[in-house]
Amino acid sequence: MTLYEVEKSKKVKVIKLNASYELKQRLISFGIMKDAVIEVLEHAPRKKTIEVRVGKMRLALRAEEAQQIEVEEI
Amino acid sequence: MKQQNINPEACPVTAKHIKVALVGQPNVGKSMLINSISNAHLHVGNFSGVTVDKTEVLFDYKDYHFTVVDLPGTYAFTDYTIEERVTHEYLCAEDYDIIINVVDSTNIEKNLQLTSELLTMSKKIVIALNMSDEAEKEGILIDEKYMSELLGVSCVKVSAATKMGIEELIDTVIEVYEKPKQEPKLVFSEAVEEEIEKIVSYLKKHKYKAVNSYRNVAINLLKNNKKTYEKLHDDPIWTELQPILIEASRHIELHHDTDDIKEAFAEEYASFNRGIVAEVVKYTADERREKKSLTEKIDAILIHPLFGIPIFLFFMWGLFQLTFTLGNIPMEWIDGFFGWLGETIAPTISNDDIRSLVVDGIIGGVGAVVLFTPNIIILFIGIALLETTGYMSRVAFLLDGFFHKFGLHGQSFIPLVTGFGCSIPAYMSARILKNDRDRLLTLFIIGFMSCGARLPVYVLFAGAFFGQDMAGTVLFIIYVSGAILGLIAAKVLKMTAFKGVDEPFVMEMPKYRLPSFKLIWHTVLTQTIMYLKKAGTFIAGAAMLIWFLSNYPHNELLDQEYSVKIEQAATSEQKREYENKLAEMQLEQSYLGRIGKLTEPLFEPLGFDWKMNVALQAGLAAKEVVVSTLGVLYSMGGDVDETSHSLAENIRKHIPFASAVSFIVVVMVYLPCLAATTVFAKEAGSWKYAFYLFIFTSVVAYVLAFIAYNVTRVLVGG
Ligand SMILES: Nc1nc2c(ncn2[C@@H]2O[C@H](COP(=O)(O)OP(=O)(O)O)[C@@H](O)[C@H]2O)c(=O)[nH]1
Ligand SMILES: [Mg+2]
Repeated sequence: MTLYEVEKSKKVKVIKLNASYELKQRLISFGIMKDAVIEVLEHAPRKKTIEVRVGKMRLALRAEEAQQIEVEEI
Repeated sequence: MKQQNINPEACPVTAKHIKVALVGQPNVGKSMLINSISNAHLHVGNFSGVTVDKTEVLFDYKDYHFTVVDLPGTYAFTDYTIEERVTHEYLCAEDYDIIINVVDSTNIEKNLQLTSELLTMSKKIVIALNMSDEAEKEGILIDEKYMSELLGVSCVKVSAATKMGIEELIDTVIEVYEKPKQEPKLVFSEAVEEEIEKIVSYLKKHKYKAVNSYRNVAINLLKNNKKTYEKLHDDPIWTELQPILIEASRHIELHHDTDDIKEAFAEEYASFNRGIVAEVVKYTADERREKKSLTEKIDAILIHPLFGIPIFLFFMWGLFQLTFTLGNIPMEWIDGFFGWLGETIAPTISNDDIRSLVVDGIIGGVGAVVLFTPNIIILFIGIALLETTGYMSRVAFLLDGFFHKFGLHGQSFIPLVTGFGCSIPAYMSARILKNDRDRLLTLFIIGFMSCGARLPVYVLFAGAFFGQDMAGTVLFIIYVSGAILGLIAAKVLKMTAFKGVDEPFVMEMPKYRLPSFKLIWHTVLTQTIMYLKKAGTFIAGAAMLIWFLSNYPHNELLDQEYSVKIEQAATSEQKREYENKLAEMQLEQSYLGRIGKLTEPLFEPLGFDWKMNVALQAGLAAKEVVVSTLGVLYSMGGDVDETSHSLAENIRKHIPFASAVSFIVVVMVYLPCLAATTVFAKEAGSWKYAFYLFIFTSVVAYVLAFIAYNVTRVLVGG
């Protein structure tokens, strides 16, 4: 399952980042890495962008980026 | 040296200088902290070549002379944004004594991620646990003594907002500065510690001479730190060390199930930080319960899937209105002031050339720069409000989907809308785009949003060829088609010049906060001074160049010939006609006029005569000049404006409709003005880009005008 498929207000755990080097660094700098817990908060119109919570930080990311984050339910 | 006499603020000779680098993630309160630390005079500087500014503040405390450098906020050292690059480079290459790492107490775990990276830098560090007032309110208790002990780095609780702990922070900085450097306690997982130990013992065995501890060298080698690598690369032990390193990296990567050592270390840091937080952070009973925070309540409205965008559009409309209505009031005063200044100074200079240079060139040019200041200030206040309240990120969140289709970014919206008012603040506001490519692309298409200065040209031509009732609609069509062209241009640029994978869009949505008046004042003041200082010198120079081109060479014979005619003129009507004729003849034989003549064949396919050429080329300096040049050239005197009926009539008489359409198309697309182009070059980071912009807009303008000219000719006959 990828982060993109997660329903609103569900919590998941990151298993793997299937991203390019650059995006991976970017995600990591925001705390999205293996074992991080992510909660999906909101979808922008037509689910182009999603808002998630990582720890105490709220993050926005595009659908494309969310699709590269592999997660599992907890 | 009697420095004291020259600069009364210089510190006594006995004082020690401490240079502090202020580092932290975005939005942790660095700027506010620097404000609270001192109300010292601001020293505005910036890194050459890039647009991101560092602010330096100087102040004296006890016997020390402090220089605090406010570095751009950065999440980690990934060198992704300009901010990250600037900060990283500064920390690695510049000379400073100590780092103050500002940390948001309400979100320590995330902030410590950057702290861990700083800890490997082998610099003296003090951690400022900022926002402790807010943390307290949220029921977060931090044991900073224990934290200092665990990290091996002094931690001080402060609040930039309430000014709590500020003095203690500075005292701690002095204390750490005076003491020898302590090794920070960064503990890794067993697997990594094992590899570190291997390298350390190898370095020990070979008695490698290092400035930093072996442990630090080992960590940096494993982290692939460039500098450490380069240093060791030239050392004889390298041949033996390299295979050990490769093996160690492989082990660590294997341990973390990744092929990226940076990822492995990030995970190491994260688990270390989790440990620290578990030890030092306690929550009062109710914090852990998940209650709906204020931010969530506000977000429920502001990023609502349906209402979010309309609400934002309303805010933008308000800001836009303010910028260009409120801003226009002082603009008139400034305009009046420079007019008065010119008139007052003019009689005191007897030499004609010097007078013209001073009054028209320098005062006119500088006046044009200062004229935009009210707009810029209001706009900067608006942007500062959007940014400090945390709303800006929500906007990007809402709009990114739409803009992404055209290769743009959610935040591109703000500079683009601003572009309808004036391109200068629009270029400047493109700074909110953190990624180079996104920003450049946005900068390139801002010009398609017709700025206020082009309005007179549109009004003139719309009035000349259409009835009063139609003119408004024509204006609207011009503006809208400009914007649509801009989006298409963005798409085309994205597919060609800015081709490549899409930059990722991952952005923090910070907590909503009430704006602080002082912080906004500080930010706006800094940016305004910067604008006046930097752009001012450029723009004044450019204005003088245009002045020179349109005034030289000056033909004395013409002057003599016409001064006789003017004197002998029977009526004042006739006199003015001669004066206009003289101005026209002078302009025709000036460098600018010669260029107009010379380029006539080039612009013939667009239906322009040399007069239109000159008007357009003068319009490169400023769009306001287009109307006044047309006025001069069509012999109506230089002081006409767009409401002048006779000029409109003359234009209708002399310019074919198809040529007029093509003229408008060029005005819509080509460079806004010299002032804006200089600002563009500054913001884009290089004059190279200004050149590209010139080529790009000129080619697009030419092609579109050519099409428009021929289509119109076929449709209405020209
Ligand atoms: N409650 C509280 N708010 C703060 C404190 N320091 C900064 N802020 C607010 O945090 C926001 C970000 O501050 P700023 O100085 O711009 O952060 P920077 O990005 O690190 O320079 C602003 O809205 C400040 O008013 C603090 O100590 N307490
Ligand atoms: Mg700041």
